[in-house]
Amino acid sequence: MTDQNRFEEARRRFLKGAAGAATLAIAPGVILHQVARARPASQPASSENRWGMLIDTTKCSSGCDACVRGCQEYNGWGDNEVHSDAAQKAHWIRKVEVRNRQTGYTHSLPVMCQHCKYPPCVDVCPTGASMKRDDGIVLVDKHICIGCRYCMMACPYKARSFVHEELHDQLPTAPRGKGTVEACTLCVQRVDKDGPEAVPACAEACAAEGHNAILFGDMNDPNSKLSKALEKYGGTQIREDLGLDLGVRYLGI
Amino acid sequence: MASPLRSILAVAGLGLLLSSPLAGAGNLLPEIPKAKARVSATQGCVEPTEVMRHNHMKFLLHHRKEALREGVRTKKYSLMECINCHVPDPDSPQAVHYGNPKHFCSSCHTYAAVRIDCFECHRDTPLPSSRKSTSASGVTAPVTLASGVDAHALKKASSPAEEN
Repeated sequence: MTDQNRFEEARRRFLKGAAGAATLAIAPGVILHQVARARPASQPASSENRWGMLIDTTKCSSGCDACVRGCQEYNGWGDNEVHSDAAQKAHWIRKVEVRNRQTGYTHSLPVMCQHCKYPPCVDVCPTGASMKRDDGIVLVDKHICIGCRYCMMACPYKARSFVHEELHDQLPTAPRGKGTVEACTLCVQRVDKDGPEAVPACAEACAAEGHNAILFGDMNDPNSKLSKALEKYGGTQIREDLGLDLGVRYLGI
Repeated sequence: MASPLRSILAVAGLGLLLSSPLAGAGNLLPEIPKAKARVSATQGCVEPTEVMRHNHMKFLLHHRKEALREGVRTKKYSLMECINCHVPDPDSPQAVHYGNPKHFCSSCHTYAAVRIDCFECHRDTPLPSSRKSTSASGVTAPVTLASGVDAHALKKASSPAEEN
């Protein structure tokens, strides 16, 4: 028994020491990280950050599509595709109504690119156009996208759409054109500009509507609001069984 | 014996060849619209003009990789900044779209018979000053040029979709 205790004690001491070492190792990292908060334009995105969102579906009301409209307005999609039918039109973000058949409980949630850590769209892309940045944002490099749409097939979240027609007067911050695939960019221009203080257009529109259901932040920073909320409330990944480690987490689904 | 004469003739011929397009038909050369600003008193663009003329595509290619894939958002070689400085505000009477020879990019590309597909996706004008202050909206009516020519028809004619 005493041996057992001694063993436990030694184990604890070892773990404590290890934790101390980890804190020491992290400390300069944290300082560096704080410097990197307002990342200068010349500095590339870094794997020190992993941008993500937590969407509280209990605050999300079923008739509201403010997030969708906010995204459309900021990224310039939706209304300028005049020849595409509803199934062909872009859907960077869409509202999904879910109903439990047994209990009749319904709720509503926005679904967009989930910014997987292990994105299937990147796995299947034959040209390397489908890509994940170091900070976890999954993007399409439309310069080399050939429009094969394998990524659309591979995505379990129906997050990607294809531009079927010529477009004009796109927004400078969101180039998009015929023959390429596109999806939520997590408002990458804002993220590059404002770092952890960035607010994606969907979150901004949601807050303007008074719902505040979408929280953006850095999942790698234990002190970020997002990490704190995830720590406190958990958060579900859609189709967690696929093991894709999503950047977008939900509450109340 | 005849070689000095021949060389004189050759020089004269060359002189004629060179002078004729310059003197007689200046409109054969592209008329490159002036930029809105200068980088400095001595330098117009972000690199000397000659360097830009030869290498702008390399700068853009390099920058697009850095910007999109790495998130480096410097403005120096950004296409958006080229457009902002070299293309008139779409609200102004000088508004032009790519495909119109008066568009900065078109002016040379038409002359050099170069086809690009940048503007299949990228905006070919700055954001109108009227929209810069308000929130950026993607909803736009077709832009008509001052002359009444539909800019989109011009754009369509000059840059076919399939080229990559």
